[in-house]
Amino acid sequence: MSISRRKFLGWMGAAGVVGATSETARAASNKQFKGYADSNAVLHDMTRCIGCRRCEAACNTVNELPAPERPFDDLKVLEKQRRTTAQAYTIVNQHFPDGSGRPPVFVKKQCNHCLEPACASACFVKAFTKTPEGAVIYNADVCVGCRYCMVACPFDVPAYEYHKALDPKIMKCTMCHPRILEGKLPGCVEACPTEALVYGKRDELIRVARDRIHTFPERYLDHIYGEHEMGGTSWLYLTGVPFASLGLREDLGNKAAGEFTSGALGAVPIVIGLWPVLLTGIYAINKRKEKIAAEEQAAAVASAVAQTRDEAEGRLKAAMEKAKQDEDAAVAREVKKALEEAAKARQDTGQTGSGDEGQA
Amino acid sequence: METIHTLQEFMLHTKNIIYILMVLALLGMPAFWRFLNGRDED
Amino acid sequence: MTQEPTPTTSRYLTPFNVVAGIVVVVGLIITVLRFTGGLSTVTHLSDDNPWGIWIGFDLLVGVALAAGGYVTSAAVYIFGMKRFHAAVRPAILTGFLGYALVVLALHYDVGRPWRLPYPFLVSQGTTSLLFEVAACVALYLTVLFIEFSPAAMEWLGLKRARGLVVRLTLLLTIFGVMLSTLHQSSLGALFLIAPAKLHPLWYSSYIPIYFFITSIIAGLSMVIFESGLSHKFFKDKMDEEHLAGKNVVMLGFGKAAAWVLAGYFFIKVIGIAADNQWHYLATGYGAWYLVELLGFVALPAFMYAVGVREKNTTIIRWTAAWTVLGIVVNRFNICLVAFNWYLPSDQRYFPHWMEIGISVFIVTIGVLAFRFIVTRMPILYAHPDYEAH
Ligand code: SF4
Ligand code: SF4
Ligand code: SF4
Repeated sequence: MSISRRKFLGWMGAAGVVGATSETARAASNKQFKGYADSNAVLHDMTRCIGCRRCEAACNTVNELPAPERPFDDLKVLEKQRRTTAQAYTIVNQHFPDGSGRPPVFVKKQCNHCLEPACASACFVKAFTKTPEGAVIYNADVCVGCRYCMVACPFDVPAYEYHKALDPKIMKCTMCHPRILEGKLPGCVEACPTEALVYGKRDELIRVARDRIHTFPERYLDHIYGEHEMGGTSWLYLTGVPFASLGLREDLGNKAAGEFTSGALGAVPIVIGLWPVLLTGIYAINKRKEKIAAEEQAAAVASAVAQTRDEAEGRLKAAMEKAKQDEDAAVAREVKKALEEAAKARQDTGQTGSGDEGQA
Repeated sequence: METIHTLQEFMLHTKNIIYILMVLALLGMPAFWRFLNGRDED
Repeated sequence: MTQEPTPTTSRYLTPFNVVAGIVVVVGLIITVLRFTGGLSTVTHLSDDNPWGIWIGFDLLVGVALAAGGYVTSAAVYIFGMKRFHAAVRPAILTGFLGYALVVLALHYDVGRPWRLPYPFLVSQGTTSLLFEVAACVALYLTVLFIEFSPAAMEWLGLKRARGLVVRLTLLLTIFGVMLSTLHQSSLGALFLIAPAKLHPLWYSSYIPIYFFITSIIAGLSMVIFESGLSHKFFKDKMDEEHLAGKNVVMLGFGKAAAWVLAGYFFIKVIGIAADNQWHYLATGYGAWYLVELLGFVALPAFMYAVGVREKNTTIIRWTAAWTVLGIVVNRFNICLVAFNWYLPSDQRYFPHWMEIGISVFIVTIGVLAFRFIVTRMPILYAHPDYEAH
């Protein structure tokens, strides 16, 4: 039926506009952003990491986190894969990428302090800020606790205080931002006995990492994890085995988080601007159709009325004519009758005295 | 522009402005519609 | 409304009321637990699974199923389909209650519910699609409230105020369609930022459009589904127009739903082709995807068409229920099943019974509120003193 088809076409047009704009709006990100010059980073060289968990312990102390169930020198903890939690901003995981007989590889995980943080892009109260110094910091004073940042973070970093009823916070590594501002090293870096963690300017650390790869090509893969991942991060990783086998996802791509959403966000003002136009247009078309329909109906009624009037008039005229004819006939009849009567009277008077006739 | 370093900052800046413009559009469009149709009979 | 005969206790002790009463009591107990013990006492949410059924069902499904309001009012007031007029008020009422309950449910889910106005008042995170969703839902809830208000005003006898609101009908309808377009699609767009977490079959740059189109399907189907239910339970409240309009609405909306489903089917397939994800169809997730696509999109499209051709409202009603279920399946797939698909099964999410308890509690409140309103206000019948608008 024409109406549901019209409706459908309207919606399809609507969808088309959204689709088309989500393509073009990405052009907004044609601009290039280099990030903060001189921002800091940490290079984690897994070939040097011995899995001692001193970084975890230092993190715990520096950030005044609750004491863990099992002490930090208990390396049995490493037997299980862990992730960051509300009680631990950083954790060390043990992997056996070459089989259980070969020596393990340890990976320290924490917030990667992305150059273009997905968490910041996702937060609807701007609770996250990428600082010029390099850290991505969180402001609990505005956080609503929607946990969309946790959905967004590609590295599964932010944790949440699920056990708190009324004032739960997002918990994640701060890169020891307060310490950085004081000119100190991040807690974990300071505690690391093997320089598996090195803090410095990001540009410089990338050069250092390249250097190591170049000097020991048999020891390292030619890939600095975090240089480009998700738009680049301020935590850089070096290792000799595929990153994916160490729980560092290699399928994230190099696009910054904002690039995934800019299309949809760009469509919003287009809808605001064009929907009223489109919808009032459809409304006006329907109104007009209704009006035309009403006019046509009115015209039809009018012509019907006119026709009946004509007919009525015709009939009236005919009736009048007939009446006139009748009248004429009646008059004629009357006249005739009168004449006849007169003639009869004459005859009668003629019979009595014929002198009248001579007078006439 | 020299203060914008990241895509995130850029988007925040532009979207802030766009949201304000959207509010203005939402107020302005009906007003303009009334102006446009102000002389129409019926 | 003075038709109530002498109320007796047995009148209130219907099986429905008893069940509803139990649900409400349990719901209140869980509410206390939630706001004293935190989310960990009543949910299975974790750091890996920050969103559970309170988002997947209460928010995503709730908003989609409340789409009947904008779909119906657009059909009648913008697209000029006056013959569906009887369906407007029930649809607006369901929409209003739906959104109000969505917002209520969010109070359970977010950490500090009293901060829900913060995105607008304190710190505007405009780069977030959630900001846009929040803004639109807040505005649209207001619009729905105003759109619903004439019924309440007629009930309360506020003639003047009602007249004012009725004059705004077109403006409110356009505003409602606009806001609905935006937030229905943006609920899907929430997942755009997590391409690495959502299964490639469900992740697509078209996801906002999918969400918008499915909201139309959900809206149409809910109106059909609900008009069937109302007919069963509130027949005595209906006037001639509503009784007679039922079949018109079912056939018209059924036809529209079939056609939109067909379009949706096509763009879903295009989504697979655009990202070249065909090979995933041969996996377990692919099988489940095909169940969704064939069982909950293609099948209802066909069944609606059969129902419309045969003028068989029974088929249409059942198809509507099936389609609504399909929307639930789709939102669950995106938010829960296909999300975190790469995690080992022991790190995956399954709802705690108390999470389900709260969801059932909230739906029950909705049904009770619906019943309270339709038995009092002119929703299913036109108020004799007022002209239709
Ligand atoms: S790793 Fe996650 S939490 Fe850390 S900055 Fe990046 S997106 Fe944010
Ligand atoms: S949980 Fe807090 S920090 Fe995370 S997105 Fe929500 S409001 Fe922002
Ligand atoms: S302190 Fe250094 S060596 Fe020890 S686990 Fe941490 S990163 Fe590895």
